[in-house]
Amino acid sequence: MRVSRWLADRWVMIVALLVLGYLALPILVVAGLSFNRPSSRLSYDFNEFTLDNWRQPCATSDMCDAVVRSVQIGFIATVVATVLGTLMAFALVRHRFRGRAGINVLIFLPMATPELVMGTSLLALFVSAGVPQGFWTIVIAHVMFCVSFVVVTVKARLAGMDRRLEEAAMDLYASEWQTFRRITLPLVLPGIVAAALLAFSLSFDDFIITNFNAGTTVTFPMYVWGAAQRGIPPQVNVIGTAMFAIALLLVGLSSLRGRRARRANLLAAAPAARPARRPS
Amino acid sequence: MTGMASETPAGDLRLANLTKRFGIFTAVDDLSLTIPQGSFFALLGASGCGKTTTLRMIAGLEEPTSGQVLLGDRDIARLRPYKRPINTVFQSYALFPHLTIFENVAFGLRRRGIRSVDDEVTRMLSLVQLDGFGPRRPAQLSGGQQQRVALARALINQPQVLLLDEPLGALDLKLRRQMQIELKRIQTEVGITFVHVTHDQEEAMTMADTVAVMNAGRIEQLGAPADIYEFPATAFVANFLGQSNLLAGEAAGTSGGEVAVTAHGARFSVPAGRSRADRGPVHLGVRPEKLHLVGSADQVPAGHQHVTGVVSDASYVGVSTQYLLRTGWGTELSVFAANSGTSARVPVGSEAVAYWDPRHAFLLPRDAADTDRTAPVLDEPVGASS
Amino acid sequence: MTLLAPTGSGQAPPAPPAARSGRHRLLPYLLLLPGAAWLLIFFGVPLVQLAAASLYDPGGSLSTGYALTWAFGNYPDVVQAYWPQFLRSFGYAGLALVLALLLGYPLAYAIAQKAGRWKNLLLVCVVAPMFTSFLVRTLAWKTILSDNGALVGLLRDVHLLAPDGRLLATPFAVVLGLTYNFLPFLVLPLYASLERLDYRLLEAATDLYASPVQAFRRVTLPLSMPGLVAGTLLFFIPASGDYINAELLGTPNEYMIGNVIDSAFLVRLDYPQGAALSFLLMAAILAVVFGYLRRAGTEEVL
Repeated sequence: MRVSRWLADRWVMIVALLVLGYLALPILVVAGLSFNRPSSRLSYDFNEFTLDNWRQPCATSDMCDAVVRSVQIGFIATVVATVLGTLMAFALVRHRFRGRAGINVLIFLPMATPELVMGTSLLALFVSAGVPQGFWTIVIAHVMFCVSFVVVTVKARLAGMDRRLEEAAMDLYASEWQTFRRITLPLVLPGIVAAALLAFSLSFDDFIITNFNAGTTVTFPMYVWGAAQRGIPPQVNVIGTAMFAIALLLVGLSSLRGRRARRANLLAAAPAARPARRPS
Repeated sequence: MTGMASETPAGDLRLANLTKRFGIFTAVDDLSLTIPQGSFFALLGASGCGKTTTLRMIAGLEEPTSGQVLLGDRDIARLRPYKRPINTVFQSYALFPHLTIFENVAFGLRRRGIRSVDDEVTRMLSLVQLDGFGPRRPAQLSGGQQQRVALARALINQPQVLLLDEPLGALDLKLRRQMQIELKRIQTEVGITFVHVTHDQEEAMTMADTVAVMNAGRIEQLGAPADIYEFPATAFVANFLGQSNLLAGEAAGTSGGEVAVTAHGARFSVPAGRSRADRGPVHLGVRPEKLHLVGSADQVPAGHQHVTGVVSDASYVGVSTQYLLRTGWGTELSVFAANSGTSARVPVGSEAVAYWDPRHAFLLPRDAADTDRTAPVLDEPVGASS
Repeated sequence: MTLLAPTGSGQAPPAPPAARSGRHRLLPYLLLLPGAAWLLIFFGVPLVQLAAASLYDPGGSLSTGYALTWAFGNYPDVVQAYWPQFLRSFGYAGLALVLALLLGYPLAYAIAQKAGRWKNLLLVCVVAPMFTSFLVRTLAWKTILSDNGALVGLLRDVHLLAPDGRLLATPFAVVLGLTYNFLPFLVLPLYASLERLDYRLLEAATDLYASPVQAFRRVTLPLSMPGLVAGTLLFFIPASGDYINAELLGTPNEYMIGNVIDSAFLVRLDYPQGAALSFLLMAAILAVVFGYLRRAGTEEVL
């Protein structure tokens, strides 16, 4: 009786934890395989523990070249997409203009279109226009699919911002430019940074669109794809684990900062009376 | 930035035929008024009456559709907000969350290129009793403290006009009372013009030396709080500012300084000086606290007028007992009897007579279709706000 | 009343400064121009180009060049040749969606309503898989499902799997991979709408004689509908266009339409066919999406 009651109260949480386990399993396997010395190039099974892969992550130099190239592409695409997307977000949130609905569709569609269709259609364009494919066509493609995500992210932050803060600044003798520099930009910055991080991770991890527009240029996902046929070097798992660790570190640091700020606020605000709404 | 915060006072703030339309909606309708320099002026009205739009036009946050905003002789209606010697205390304060209290207060001075702000900011923080709060962030302050920062942030610029947009709305009752007194003190101290927008009539009456009651984009009445309360100009004002018993009647002209009124078959009179109409359909108004209850008509003192009815409800609210007296024609009059211990309570269901001194009544013009009105427009009668 | 004196009337108000309002009217377009142009040139135009390519003369080739001959026959041709892959794409994606809903709804619900102070940590756990490479993670499933792996061994031991039975290179592996890869896209929007659900509504429902199941059906489910619809689309669209899972975890017998398109463009270099397939995929997905949105009755998700 007691057991079934306990289960009835907690089965949702139990299922949730099992699903989280399902989501985490491959990462554990990747981390484990980064310490593996495979028995053969085409084997995916754990064979023998070794630190060699971490000591010499660039033993297969093609792979490290691909990683560097992915970082370069990701960086350029992120900068361009963040600038373009932020400008669009400002226009959408802060201005009234004709054609808003059309612009919204233009921003929404790339997020709702299968990557396959975007990749192949860009390929069709580049081929018919005679544009040689390579590094820059990848950058173009990545900017294209990142812009929408930047717009959405920055827009959310901007829409949540109190317009009265800017009015207050103008009231306090700040010109339009000073208001933007001193108030708007610092307050929207977290949204822009989040958008940039999202854009970078989308670009760095993209395979499908890149695959159709890369020519002979090899990014890290394309390297993995090619290697999956020829045999995966275990260092791929080192890169995968390292990426994961770096991202986790970033998340941890930012949440730590947020928590410290929150705690400071709580301590300071604790004795203060809560503003009460008067009945009306 | 000429003329900003200059030593010579610019003079009265005048609004001339100010109109603001949003599409087909007219928020402010041909508004003209003069706010004398150095006064504490309150714009009072229900939400949506156009008072905040008026304030925003004075601040420069909204451009008028037509009309002028004059400061002295200068039309500032189309100047950008940062070019006006006017500052605002915003509703819910709009403190910059990413800046410290010190930087919030120093913001205006810095934007005007003033380098050494330390002394000024310290002085200002102590004026609003927030010494030592400079390094904190707005989120670390309570509502009342934030309110005072907003005040300091505006006052430090020595504006010629300070606008207050529902500045106390987010505070609880006790804090609000405290801040009302505080604001009044500071206004007397710095001597600049305060324009205060509020929907809280008690707040307006406590602080302002002049109150303008706004309704549907127009000013219904303007004057000293006591004058408005004692002799309202319209039925709206009579029931927005406090509560009134308004009886529908017909006036039959003035004779001997008195206006004769027939209402519901009875004859009354009102001094001509307290009548805003002396012929045709009128409302005869008496405030509930000006009505007194007695058991029978022969107890009514000489020179007073009265209405008979049955007590249908009695609510004991501490300082007073509030009765409802159902008249013969069905209207329920409000009667507030102070619990001063001099009169006995009247039981519900008993017959009673409500009488008043004609000098306490007032006469307002009435739309022919309008009937008796006894309910307040808003649910916040004077002295009863929770 | 003396204060209410009308002040200087009669003269017309000065017109608002033209320069400022003029600049204000143009500004949004200037802000939008670069981004919108980028999207138009590199998203809009290519779609037109793809449509055109799908009507090229199928007899042409990359070296000899293609002629736009309005060869509508390309469409029936590819449908006839590849309808099994089409069906498989939507079948696998649909199956994966059902699985993902069964796994994702309790997960989103638990994080939103039951996790308390662990909420943020659990959310990070949902997003965490996306921190590392999509392909590397999918390859990890190859290890997990491997014939020599612990999982297959266990299943064989308990006779859930025949002694020579496999997990890898089966439809099961492909569906499992699809479910895994796109599950976070389903969970996150679902979480967002469940998070806003006021638990007092559930208390009110139970107070009004609803059993837990009825409370879920009548209150929780309808209120989570926007997130459910958004999440379903975010899951289904990429899943039906995916070919990585089929390639890495399946065999040609499990190939989806993406594999065919990929090889049409990059191996066989048959652009008209690839373009026709791509365009069909897009049309099919749009049809499914709009049909679904109409039925779900929440068009505001768009």
